[in-house]
Amino acid sequence: MPNLKDLKNRIASVKSTRKITKAMQMVAAAKLRRAQEAAEASRPYTERFNAVMGQLAASVGGSETAPKLLSGTGSDQVQLLIVMTAERGLCGGFNGNIAKLAKTHAQKLIADGKTVKIITVGKKGRDAIKRELGDYFVDHVDMSSVKRLGYLNAQDIAKGVLARFDENEFDVATIFYARFENVVTQHPTAQQIIPSSFDVAEDADTTLYDYEPSEEEILADLLPRGVATAIFSALLENAASEQGARMSAMDNATRNAGDMIDQLTIEFNRSRQAVITNELIEIISGAEAL
Amino acid sequence: MANLQFDLVSPERRLASVETTEVMIPGADGDMTVMAGHAPTITTLRPGIMRVTHDGTTEEYVVLGGFAEISATGVSVLAEQALHRDEMTQEVYEKLIADAKELYKKHEEEVENEPGPVDEAAKLIADMVAMGTHIGLDSEHSNFG
Repeated sequence: MPNLKDLKNRIASVKSTRKITKAMQMVAAAKLRRAQEAAEASRPYTERFNAVMGQLAASVGGSETAPKLLSGTGSDQVQLLIVMTAERGLCGGFNGNIAKLAKTHAQKLIADGKTVKIITVGKKGRDAIKRELGDYFVDHVDMSSVKRLGYLNAQDIAKGVLARFDENEFDVATIFYARFENVVTQHPTAQQIIPSSFDVAEDADTTLYDYEPSEEEILADLLPRGVATAIFSALLENAASEQGARMSAMDNATRNAGDMIDQLTIEFNRSRQAVITNELIEIISGAEAL
Repeated sequence: MANLQFDLVSPERRLASVETTEVMIPGADGDMTVMAGHAPTITTLRPGIMRVTHDGTTEEYVVLGGFAEISATGVSVLAEQALHRDEMTQEVYEKLIADAKELYKKHEEEVENEPGPVDEAAKLIADMVAMGTHIGLDSEHSNFG
């Protein structure tokens, strides 16, 4: 039978664990709200941007002088995977899911005889795929010192990626992140950013615009920004997803701890009762023996 | 007079969404003032001041690159970085100039036989300095050459 003192200690330790998970859940909830607001705030920009790009791409995209960022290099031999995860754990399957998606994607590409290069953003994803795909790593972006995600962070990443593209280091770039749906569901997503693809809405108004300077120049100016914008919105989605995942993970943990405390308390009470009964039996049988 | 719907958004937030009568935009090819009924135009921006007039009052915004989509009924400006004029203090300004200068230096060291990036960086500084002078901020770095 478990010792009474041990049980008591265990209950105390589970209780303090519950306090920690509860606090983490609350912190995650607050951060989630902020992350969602940030994602919300970036939406008008992204939507407008994509609408304009869609129009531009539709009018210039077909021509042979279209920039490489739009039309591609004509090959898909070298694939760059940008795996974006969190810097910290304790957020349920968030990091694991993204890493898993990236891993299957990479393995499929390797099996097809493609060359794979990987840039990781966030420590956890790097650790998760290091063992199997560590040889393909070309760069890592450390986000641990970033307190508040800004457009500049995305710009830095985009700059690095574009520099590699200019050096012809890869043909196709894909980003991996988790799209935020709600607190319980986050979808790991792969999105190709180079060559860029913009969905042109069917019913988009087909206004003919004047361009200042020329169409091509504007497109050449905007495409790199498109990469940064895509990365930025992915980062924001990721931040919201991370906090959402952490919140539900910590909610589960808190509930588990509660269940465990109940169970342990019952066990504790039973043991205590058993000890009392034992003592009584001893006293009574002692008295009878006299 | 007919009104224009004016939106100013940066990736991080929406700065303004108001009805206006005229908007002055620092286009890459020169300043232009947009009023209702303007021909649909898309233009890139240079760093500069955007002046928005509504209800007889004028608001100023500092934009650093981006583009503007102009239609007959509205203007949406998608700025990479944008600030309200009041948020543009000497400190912020000096930092921007310093960043631009650093970029220039970097390009000058790294890029050889290709004037493109260097010239662009130089133009960026010139634009910044001009903007500063315009709003009455003083740059000590104007002699960057």
